[in-house]
Amino acid sequence: MNLLEQEAFNRRRTWEVMAAFVVFLVLIGAGLDIFVVGAFPVATLGALAVGGGSALLTYRTGDRMILASSHAQPVDELLAASPGEDDQLRYRQLQNVVEEVAIASGLPAPRAFVIPDDDPNAFATGRDPAHASIAVTAGLLRSLNREELQGVVAHEMGHVRNFDIRLMMIVSALVGAVVLIADWAGRSLRYGSFGRGRRGKDAGAAMLIIVAIWIVAVVLAPIAAQLMALCVSRQREYLADASSAELTRNPLALASALEKIDEATAPTTAIKKGSAALCIADPNERPVNEREGGWSNLWATHPPMAKRIAALQAMAYQSGPGSGSSGAAARG
Amino acid sequence: MGLIVLLVIIVLIAFWAMAIYNRLVTLRNETQNGWRQIDVQLKRRHDLIPNLVNTVKGEMDFEKNTLTAVMDARSRAMSASGPADAARKEGELGSVLGRLLAVTENYPQLKSNENVKMLQEELSSTENKIGFARQFYNDIATKFNIARETFPSSLLAGGFTRAELFAVTDDADRAVPTVDLSMKPPA
Repeated sequence: MNLLEQEAFNRRRTWEVMAAFVVFLVLIGAGLDIFVVGAFPVATLGALAVGGGSALLTYRTGDRMILASSHAQPVDELLAASPGEDDQLRYRQLQNVVEEVAIASGLPAPRAFVIPDDDPNAFATGRDPAHASIAVTAGLLRSLNREELQGVVAHEMGHVRNFDIRLMMIVSALVGAVVLIADWAGRSLRYGSFGRGRRGKDAGAAMLIIVAIWIVAVVLAPIAAQLMALCVSRQREYLADASSAELTRNPLALASALEKIDEATAPTTAIKKGSAALCIADPNERPVNEREGGWSNLWATHPPMAKRIAALQAMAYQSGPGSGSSGAAARG
Repeated sequence: MGLIVLLVIIVLIAFWAMAIYNRLVTLRNETQNGWRQIDVQLKRRHDLIPNLVNTVKGEMDFEKNTLTAVMDARSRAMSASGPADAARKEGELGSVLGRLLAVTENYPQLKSNENVKMLQEELSSTENKIGFARQFYNDIATKFNIARETFPSSLLAGGFTRAELFAVTDDADRAVPTVDLSMKPPA
C-alpha cells in the first residue's frame, strides 16, 4: 500500500466508521423506543442528537483534551519562560525541526509541544493538517541527536499528512459517544423495560429473546469499536515510517531513533491509555506489541520494533550511499 | 435524438478539458509557490550570516580569510541576477558557510559559547530548510512537468513553460567540502 492509497483508505475507513456509528445509534435508539418509550422516533432521534453532538464536540476539542491529559506544554511558551541554556537550545531545536519537516511536506507547520516525561516518546494529534499538533517527551529531546529527532518528527508529520490523525480523532470521538449512549441505554433498560415486557404475556418469550440479543449488542459494540480502532492503527506505523524516510531522505536516522526509544523500557506514564495508538512507540510497553499474528494482530497498537527498524534499514540500502538530501524525484 | 447525444458528448468533453486545464494551473501555481519558499529560506540565511560572523569574529583571529570569504560570498549571492546565477552563487555561499562551521569546531571556547551554539543551530536549521524547500520544489515541479508533457493533458499545455529543476550546479558542490584542519587553534 503506498501513501496515496493510504490516504484514500483513510477517507473510505472514515466514512465506514461514521456509517457504522449512525447504524449503531439508530439500533440503540429504536431498541429503546420499542422496549421502553413505546413511541418510535423519540429515543432514536434523541440517541442520534446526543451521540452526534458528543462526537462533534470531541472531534473539535479532542486534540486539546489529549494534549492536556498528557500535560503537554507548547514549546513557544516554554521558550518564552526563559529556561536554562541546555533546555533553551533543545526547545529551539524542536521548533526548528518541526518547521523543517513541515517545509519538506509542503504543509503548514504544526504546533510543537513538550511532555514532561523522561521516557522517549512522541505523538501527533488534530483534525486536519491545518489544526495539527506534534508532542514529544522531554526524554526524547534529551536522548536523540538532531537527525534522529528529525526522523521522529517526520514520522509524526507522516501521520498528519496521511490524515491518520483525523481518522484517529473521529474514531476516538465516536467510540466515546458509543460508550456514552450504550451506558445511557443500559440504565434506562434496567429501570424500564423488564416490567413492561412481562406484562404482555403473548409476546413475552419472543420479546425476552430480542431484549437479550439487544443487550449483548449494546455491551459488545464499544469493544468492537475499540478493536476497529486498533486494527487500523498498526499498518499506519509502517507507512508513517516510510513517510519519514520520504521527507528526510534519511531512514537510518529514524532507525537509530527507534532503537534508542526501544531501549528505554519504562512506560511513558504521562501519556494516557486512550492516546496510545497515536504514539510513535507503545507508551505502555506491552509485550503484545512485540509479536505478530493471531491474538497479537487483534490487540497490538504497534508493529514489532525490530521489523520497523529492519524495514527502514532496507530503505537506506535501496537509496544507496550517494543519494543527497535534495535529490530530484528519488522517493524512498 | 442524435443531436442530443452529440451535445452531451460535447459538454462532457468540455468539462473534461476544463478539469485538465485547472489541474495544470493548480500545479503551476504550486510550483511557483514552491520556488518562492526557497527564496524565503535563502533570505533567512542572508540575515543570519552577519550575526554569526560578528559572534565568532573575536575568537577567530586566525580565520580572517574564512570570515571575509563568507561575507563576500553573501554579498555576491544577494546581488545575483536570475535563477541560474543565484543557484550558483548560493551554492558557493553554502560551501564557504560549511567551511566556517567546520572550522568553528576547532575552537573549544566557541563550541561552549551559548550564543554560538544557538547561531549554529539556527544556521544548520536554515540549511536544512533550504534543502527541504528545494526538495519539495523539485517534487512538485516534476509533477507539473509530467502533467504538462504526458498525453492527453499535453494537448492543453501549450501556454505552460517547463519548470526547471534544482540540480547540483557544479562539481565543487557535489564534493564534500574539504576543510584544512592542520592549523591548530590557539590554546
